[in-house]
Amino acid sequence: MHQFLFIVFAVFCAGGAINLLVQRKTINSALSLIVVMGSLAMIYLLLGAEFVAVVQVIIYAGAIMVLYIFVIMLLNAGDEEASKGSNVAKYFGIPGLFIGGIIGIGVLLKHRPNDTPLKLGALYGPADQVGMLLFTKYLLAFEVTSVLVLIAIMGAVVLARRSDS
Amino acid sequence: MTVPISWYLLLSAFLFACGVTGFLTKRNVITLFMSIELMLNGVNLSFIAFATRLQTLDGHIFVFFVMVVAAAEAAVGLAIIIAVYRTRETLNVDRVNLLKL
Amino acid sequence: MTNSLFQPWLVPALPLAGMAINGLFGKRFSEKLVAAIALIATGCSFLVACLQALLLVNSGSPMLEQHYGTWIQAGKFTVDFGIYLDHLSLIMMLVVTGVGFLIHIYAAAYMHHEGGYYRFFSYLNLFMFFMLVLVLANNYLLMFVGWEGVGLASYLLIGFYFLKDSAANAGKKAFITNRVGDFGFLIALFMMIQTFGSVHYGSLYFNPGLVNALPLEHSTGILTMIGLLMLVGACGKSAQIPLFVWLPDAMEGPTPVSALIHAATMVTAGVYMVARSNPIFSRAPIALLAVAVIGTLTSFFAATIGMTQMDIKRVLAYSTVSQLGYMFMAAGVAAYSAGVFHLMTHAFFKALLFLAAGSVIHGIGGEQDMRKMGGLRKYMPWTFYTMATATVAIAGIPPLAGFWSKDEILWQAWSSPYGSKIFWAVGVITAFMTSFYMFRLLFMTFFGEYRGEAAVAHAGHDAHGGHGHTPHESPWMMLGPLVVLAALSIFGGFVGAGHRFEHFLDPVIQKVEAHRSALEVEAAAAPMTEEPAAEKSTELALMATSVIVALAGLGLAWFLYIKRPELPARIAAALGGLYTLVYNKYWIDELYKAVLISPLLWISTHVLWQSVDQKIIDGSVNDLAVTARDVSGVVRQQQSGLIRSYAGWIAAGAALVVAYMVWMGTR
Repeated sequence: MHQFLFIVFAVFCAGGAINLLVQRKTINSALSLIVVMGSLAMIYLLLGAEFVAVVQVIIYAGAIMVLYIFVIMLLNAGDEEASKGSNVAKYFGIPGLFIGGIIGIGVLLKHRPNDTPLKLGALYGPADQVGMLLFTKYLLAFEVTSVLVLIAIMGAVVLARRSDS
Repeated sequence: MTVPISWYLLLSAFLFACGVTGFLTKRNVITLFMSIELMLNGVNLSFIAFATRLQTLDGHIFVFFVMVVAAAEAAVGLAIIIAVYRTRETLNVDRVNLLKL
Repeated sequence: MTNSLFQPWLVPALPLAGMAINGLFGKRFSEKLVAAIALIATGCSFLVACLQALLLVNSGSPMLEQHYGTWIQAGKFTVDFGIYLDHLSLIMMLVVTGVGFLIHIYAAAYMHHEGGYYRFFSYLNLFMFFMLVLVLANNYLLMFVGWEGVGLASYLLIGFYFLKDSAANAGKKAFITNRVGDFGFLIALFMMIQTFGSVHYGSLYFNPGLVNALPLEHSTGILTMIGLLMLVGACGKSAQIPLFVWLPDAMEGPTPVSALIHAATMVTAGVYMVARSNPIFSRAPIALLAVAVIGTLTSFFAATIGMTQMDIKRVLAYSTVSQLGYMFMAAGVAAYSAGVFHLMTHAFFKALLFLAAGSVIHGIGGEQDMRKMGGLRKYMPWTFYTMATATVAIAGIPPLAGFWSKDEILWQAWSSPYGSKIFWAVGVITAFMTSFYMFRLLFMTFFGEYRGEAAVAHAGHDAHGGHGHTPHESPWMMLGPLVVLAALSIFGGFVGAGHRFEHFLDPVIQKVEAHRSALEVEAAAAPMTEEPAAEKSTELALMATSVIVALAGLGLAWFLYIKRPELPARIAAALGGLYTLVYNKYWIDELYKAVLISPLLWISTHVLWQSVDQKIIDGSVNDLAVTARDVSGVVRQQQSGLIRSYAGWIAAGAALVVAYMVWMGTR
């Protein structure tokens, strides 16, 4: 059952990611990204991380993607333009990525971690324990992120404001 | 009928690679941002997988922080996109190559 | 020693203040105010100098010294700002300030209505300052500062009429020729620092004295090297062969400058330096011989040139060179005090001669050619009388100043252990020529009929506008200094009668015998104690010889230029090539031009400029720039502004890093 669910959501996830690349319309890419995030939330649940799974849906699939779609609508981002920029990405970046990927997979397969099978349904990340950790061990970082978010909000306001007004 | 941890890691690597590929090949600046989100999600999956494997909750906390940073980044990044679009009238990154507005 | 009146720093400081005030603000001052500032500065300096001199003489100590702070400190080597007042620098100080003051008075009238009045006095005060630094310094390095400073002032003043090409070129010539000498002086300084680790007079020459510890050098040694290099420096400053060419050209400057710098004070700096370094020279007989030979040769050749020149100031210039040669000859036979004595008397009568010549030039409207003078005795009697005094003085006719000093030199050349009959013979011939050309100058200028145009155009040398057309006497402000200097020329020599002057300098001049080996001392002492009476008679005979020679010169000049004025031209024609050779100053300038200047210019132009500078230096810089541009042209492609290009590089780089880490991990 566990294996089955993983394969289903992994296929959804990978398919969404590939679709994101293939689509020429921006809005389609955004919608496939939502698919990826939703299925990732389910995979988090398979891993027993209930808090993160919920937050993934609320923040990522909800708030952030809404923002993206909002901007896409606002700017009328239609078909992607086929312009010829630099060939560096084509000739160095993607081969480099493939080499890195092959090496990584090779290493992973050679040094397989001791796979302890995961039990379905066991919750390894209950919200209360995560909250405990967040407000004790990581309190300072948490408060700093609040400042970060505040600055980001102000920055967004300043940047998006019309300069002539 | 169990799933080994390496499968999760392979999925994570695949998502990350898709993100990089998208960043390298796509021209629409909004899509580039979404590729970045994809990379972040790939990394998040690694965090959770290892957290489960190591039976510790710290990975969850990090995922939480990554989400916060991603949210902030999205807010600022999209604001920049709007500002650039106003002056350049385009979303194609190849046309935004003057290193200024 | 700790007398609060002993403030020798005031002596150079006052002219410096005058220079600063006039130089900075003089443009807005009236001529009277400028002159007043300059005169007060130098006058007070003279008074202070007199006071310091009295203090030194009354203190009875050989020297007084004051330190004002450290200038350079490097390891054990230190150089101070300090003033060193002994009997030698005392005489120099008094001559410089005294004669300088008189010439300032004269110049205040002479330079009337000239452009750049304030500039002139500011330079003149600057010169006074540096000259006093030169003579009062307590070490060679500070002396070198003054040495270079007077060179600078000399350059500025020679080129005072800088709109005139010849004056500007003469200034450059003086400066560059002096550089050659300064080079030698500098190397001498370096060798001194290397050898003794000090340039301070006190530690070099006084109890026990680093130099004094060294033995007499019979062959070449370090002291000989230092002495010869110092001689090179002295030759440059004091216009000796082979570096004398700048001094005649220096007459392009205003006449007071010629009198002060190029006759009375600055050019004697070389003599001062040799006298100051007498412990070194006395231990290096070869260097001493070189000094004597150069001095003798210079005095002879300059006198021959002086006999043929027609420009009044050039005659005096060559006369100066010749007299400086005398001083070097004296120093070269280890009779330093005789040299300094002649330096002093020469300062009086040569300054007087130049000032009187300036008065003549001023009186007839800027003419310098003696062929266009004559008969001026009637028009300017005071100038005539003072100039006649100076002429008699320089000719060596007793009892005027020149007789005493010149006779002392000739006697020393004959009798000194380092002397030689040859030096004496050449000296006597030179004395004859000196007498001849000086009286020639006097007769051509003041006797006979006035040969100049009635209405002389005022476009001459020291262009004076607005004067009358007939020759006229100069104002009293110019004649006053002439009279004072004439008095000094008459009576100045008596201080040297009976070797008094020599004994005055005894604390400074180390006795030659003191450095010789015991054997030599005995050998030298034997004839000296032998017959003082015989020596006395020899001295008197020599004295008589020089007087006769001087009178002979006077007589010949009288015969040729008063009795038979048509003869000189015929003699010149009869001598033909020889006369032309001498008249053209032995073509020394042309020789230098052909041998040194032209090749230098050619090398500078073709090798240094067009090959080294343009091809190698400029070329390498240009090539570097081109290379940098080309490389940047390639690298610039990276900075495309295309985000995806950057991302591609990042991805490739990350892949490399991953590959490297894996390789490191699996190794």
